Amino acid sequence: MPLEATQQQRRRWMSALAKAPETDLRQAWQALRLQPAYQVLRKPEIGLTMVRGRAGGDGAPFHLGEMTVTRCSVALDDGTVGHAYVSGRRPWHAETAAVCDALLQSSPDLIGPLIEPLEKAQAERRRAARAKAEATRAEFFTMVRGE
Amino acid sequence: MYVAVKGGERAIANAHKLLAEERRGDPSVPELSVEQIASQLTIAVHRVMAEGSLYDPELAALAVKQARGDLIEAIFLLRAYRTTLPRLAYSLPLETGRMTVRRRISSTFKDVPGGQILGPTFDYTHRLLDFSLAATNGAAPAAEPGPADPPAAVPGVVDILDRQGLIEASAPADPERPIGDLTREPLNLPAERDLRLQNLARGDEGFLLSLAYSTQRGYGGSHPFVGELRVGEAAVEIEPPELGFPIEIGEITLTECQMVNQFKGSKSEPPQFTRGYGLVFGHCERKAMSMALVDRALRGRELGEEPNAPARDEEFVLMHSDNIQASGFTEHLKLPHHVDFQAELEQIRKMRRRAEEPSE
Repeated sequence: MPLEATQQQRRRWMSALAKAPETDLRQAWQALRLQPAYQVLRKPEIGLTMVRGRAGGDGAPFHLGEMTVTRCSVALDDGTVGHAYVSGRRPWHAETAAVCDALLQSSPDLIGPLIEPLEKAQAERRRAARAKAEATRAEFFTMVRGE
Repeated sequence: MYVAVKGGERAIANAHKLLAEERRGDPSVPELSVEQIASQLTIAVHRVMAEGSLYDPELAALAVKQARGDLIEAIFLLRAYRTTLPRLAYSLPLETGRMTVRRRISSTFKDVPGGQILGPTFDYTHRLLDFSLAATNGAAPAAEPGPADPPAAVPGVVDILDRQGLIEASAPADPERPIGDLTREPLNLPAERDLRLQNLARGDEGFLLSLAYSTQRGYGGSHPFVGELRVGEAAVEIEPPELGFPIEIGEITLTECQMVNQFKGSKSEPPQFTRGYGLVFGHCERKAMSMALVDRALRGRELGEEPNAPARDEEFVLMHSDNIQASGFTEHLKLPHHVDFQAELEQIRKMRRRAEEPSE
């Protein structure tokens, strides 16, 4: 089932918040100088996610192994609930991402100052890694025998 | 048999202090930080994550430090740690085709679509010790960047053969069948491929390497080619019930190997290439390739091959691949077996006396 537009948008920012290095999130969050009042519904909790792969890359799923994950849920004073699931053991990151998720639901205009810089930094890191890999592209030539 | 003993508390406490001192080494040499291990001994850290079956580079680096570089001990520490955490989620199956590829090679096609991308590899190095690394004053020369906007996705090599019908297709998933999980249910034999792949993904690299090598030397030969080997980062997605839609929670480094093997065909299948699959946490090429070869060797029941070689013997492979189980049972021999040994000593003495008695 295709996601609704609001789900699509929320998926976008939750993913960007989770994938950001903690230093990037701290910087973006502090630059906004927001101090929203909120309640913690579920304290940052460290646990595991079982990661699945597919046999042959495209076949039946199997369990590859686990990874650490931290989750947190908060509620703003107006009742908006925010959630976060972030890889690793990062309580501050999970709590801040949950607060951001709640804020973004009531003010999607925060995507510009908060989410776009994170996405840009992630895209730039990916691009730089691919560019370095690209320089190692090899052209192999088959030698003809007996000449 | 091991029999419980008491005492030795002071000796044990002192032994642990001595261990801590030896771990630290010469105090005039700067102490290693976990960050240094995570960023400079990356391959060791990756192996610990893969066989510890827990992806967390910081924890794995800490384990390497605590274990004084003994990687199996570090794997043990990580396995023990994971038992203290609740499982919060299961991921959607990884989309390895959408990885950010940092290395990707194929030994089957010279001009493979997407190209041969060597990446950070030991291949083609001369394996000569580099004495310039003995000095610790230098930054490495910066890697050369290629074109500013390289292609985003690299197509899978297997798809090329697939389009021509020359390679078997992956068996489709049965949504009714639960996915086996070794961490929840003990391994029952015969095991289906999901359980075999989970077992191999966390199995000992050395054990799998030797088994893979044995298939190449003729013990269950399968005439393999590296269809594709790729290393890079893939996003992990989960679908939390409170949301009802999938989100990405982070990216992990993976090594994937598609091994392509000759197959003569059977009563129901025409001659074609078959596939073995390797997928491992981190940058672990030797392990991913070994896993793919052993995965293929273990598909004998399905492909009508005789279990006539160690690598084709499911029980032999799956019951001995785990280095924590293996070292647990081997190393427990170090614990006091005094009572047991006394009994055997008595037994031998008795047998000798009997042998020395003059026969009537």
